[in-house]
Amino acid sequence: MVEKVKVENVTKIFGRHPRSILKKVKAGVSKEQLLKQTGHTVGVQEVSFEVNDGEIFVIMGLSGSGKSTLIRCLNLLNRPTEGRIYIDGENIIEFDKKSLKELRQKKIAMVFQHFGLFTHMSVIENVKYGLDIRGISKSESQETALEVLKTVGLGGWEHKLPVELSGGMQQRVGLARALANDPDILLMDEPFSALDPLIRREMQLELLEIHSRLKKTIIFITHDVNEAFKLGDRVAVMKDGKVEQIGVPEEILSSPASEYIEDFVKDIDRSKVLQAKNIMTKPMALVFISAGPKVALKEMRSNSISSVFVVDRERKLQGIVTVEDTVMAIKENKSLQEILKKDYSTTDPETYIQELIPDATDSKYPLAVVDQDNELKGIIVRVSVLSGLV
Amino acid sequence: MKTAANFDAAGKMIDFPEFLQFKLGIYVDQFVKWLMNNFGGFFDAISSGLLWFLLNIQAFLLWLPWWLLLVAVFILGWKLKSFSSGLTYAFLIFLIGAFGLWDLMMSTLAIVLTSVVISILLGVPLGILMAYYSNVEAGMKPLLDGMQTMPSFVYLIPAMMLFGMGKVPAVFATTIYAIPPVIRLTNLGIRGVSSEMVEAAVSFGSSSWQLLTRIQIPQALPTIMAGINQTTMMALAMVVISSMIGVKGLGMEVLIAINRIDIARGFEAGFSIVILAIIIDRLSQGIADRSKVPE
Repeated sequence: MVEKVKVENVTKIFGRHPRSILKKVKAGVSKEQLLKQTGHTVGVQEVSFEVNDGEIFVIMGLSGSGKSTLIRCLNLLNRPTEGRIYIDGENIIEFDKKSLKELRQKKIAMVFQHFGLFTHMSVIENVKYGLDIRGISKSESQETALEVLKTVGLGGWEHKLPVELSGGMQQRVGLARALANDPDILLMDEPFSALDPLIRREMQLELLEIHSRLKKTIIFITHDVNEAFKLGDRVAVMKDGKVEQIGVPEEILSSPASEYIEDFVKDIDRSKVLQAKNIMTKPMALVFISAGPKVALKEMRSNSISSVFVVDRERKLQGIVTVEDTVMAIKENKSLQEILKKDYSTTDPETYIQELIPDATDSKYPLAVVDQDNELKGIIVRVSVLSGLV
Repeated sequence: MKTAANFDAAGKMIDFPEFLQFKLGIYVDQFVKWLMNNFGGFFDAISSGLLWFLLNIQAFLLWLPWWLLLVAVFILGWKLKSFSSGLTYAFLIFLIGAFGLWDLMMSTLAIVLTSVVISILLGVPLGILMAYYSNVEAGMKPLLDGMQTMPSFVYLIPAMMLFGMGKVPAVFATTIYAIPPVIRLTNLGIRGVSSEMVEAAVSFGSSSWQLLTRIQIPQALPTIMAGINQTTMMALAMVVISSMIGVKGLGMEVLIAINRIDIARGFEAGFSIVILAIIIDRLSQGIADRSKVPE
């Protein structure tokens, strides 16, 4: 994996003489005391993380945790008091005015919580803004803008004013405006927080879809745990300006680093985060299709189960046999092939538990987890679906 | 005699003692003379520049055929307000002509226009500076407050001292009196642009000039226009008072009428000023409304 963004030890202090109180911050003087004594506010404190190319990196935290301050450091809307920020290996803090302008024009774009649309411009003028200020020719920017608008599903709306659009559509314009420059990195500052839940879900799915197509690196801010875990390849949890934990969603969910995070993830809907592969188990018993009914019966008996999955030599799933059928087959001298049943449910490893619940509760047999080649990866018994939710 | 003596003694405590009085005016007079002797060229240059500008505007206004102005006012009123407003405005302007005050109206209008143009040219950049630099704002605010609290009358004194009598001091006094609203509201408008919009513009790599001209000024335009409207109204009010330093125009007519207790003449001139005020206000308000950004 290629490292796209690297944040090293970044601290941001707001106030008249931020550098002067850096020592106190490092000595561990509390935020409240600093504010009282010096009138300075610590926004972000000694934060480090890396973001890989093409990754969706989510920064999650409650309001006041410094997440918005942090994301504004990445395009230097906020200049860090201390620390280094590397984009493609270059420390952007040392950039001069010209390189910084170029960085903002070409490499990094931002989407805002309240959209930040220019209300005196039409939709297409908004989308073209980033191209216009670079001096790109009218016809070219027009073409690009129309294309991007189509990408976000706003074809035909280009001559409306932003106020004439619903919230969801306005944020699509915000997204289109950010995409128009074809940046490598998208900074998204709580982009969906101002939208109602239905629209939010729709936008999340659409963002994932756009991401899978365009492969941008996305740094996404949210206060919503469910959103963080749904979108994030990796998630950083922030508290009081510091990063408490960084990891993939399952990791944070299964081993929270602190009580704070534990509280945070307590009311998350696990069924939307855990996938089949997280709760499946290795099948206790398996029978090859070439074996006879007697072998199958023995397997079932020694594991005290009433059915067993049948696979071929490549572990491709062939079917399931029940104990009743096997006993009958032995009497009537039939092969396994003849008594194979197909009325079990299968799922792929990436399916969320939420979607497994109906199948798991209806089916008589365990769920079979198979990959695209129909290879059996594991099984899920009903009890593990339901216990995974707790 | 006892009582009279008491009264006399008390009287001495009531009147301001003569030995404490002094004449500041003499020194101010000397200062102005010193200014004139040393910087006379500077004031002459301003004076002739202003006069040139003013005379051109006046010449243009007087060159306009009267009916063309009526048609222009009608069309503006129609487009900015409504058909009936256009008709009313045109009729009211016609009345001023019918009173025989057409040329005087044009003189008054010329000074108003000159002052407003200068106010905009100076005031908008000043307002932008105030919005960008908080210490400029801190310095300007008391100055602007002072300029607006001073009775308009008082401006005539420095104007007269520096430029003598006539049109130029009138433009000078009118500009100083009328400029605060456009400065204030430009500052207010620029500061009022949503911070997210400014952040968005910066995050896409706008230069400071692009940010100002493409985002901040268009967003602040309705507020700036409201400032220009107020400035225009104040300029009109001041121009009338400027008649006291010898400016010909509608104000002079009123002044003469007051001196002679000529009710007929005073009424016509006064009524014309009211008409002019209403029409200028309505039309500039209409332009301001036009520039509104949808929220």
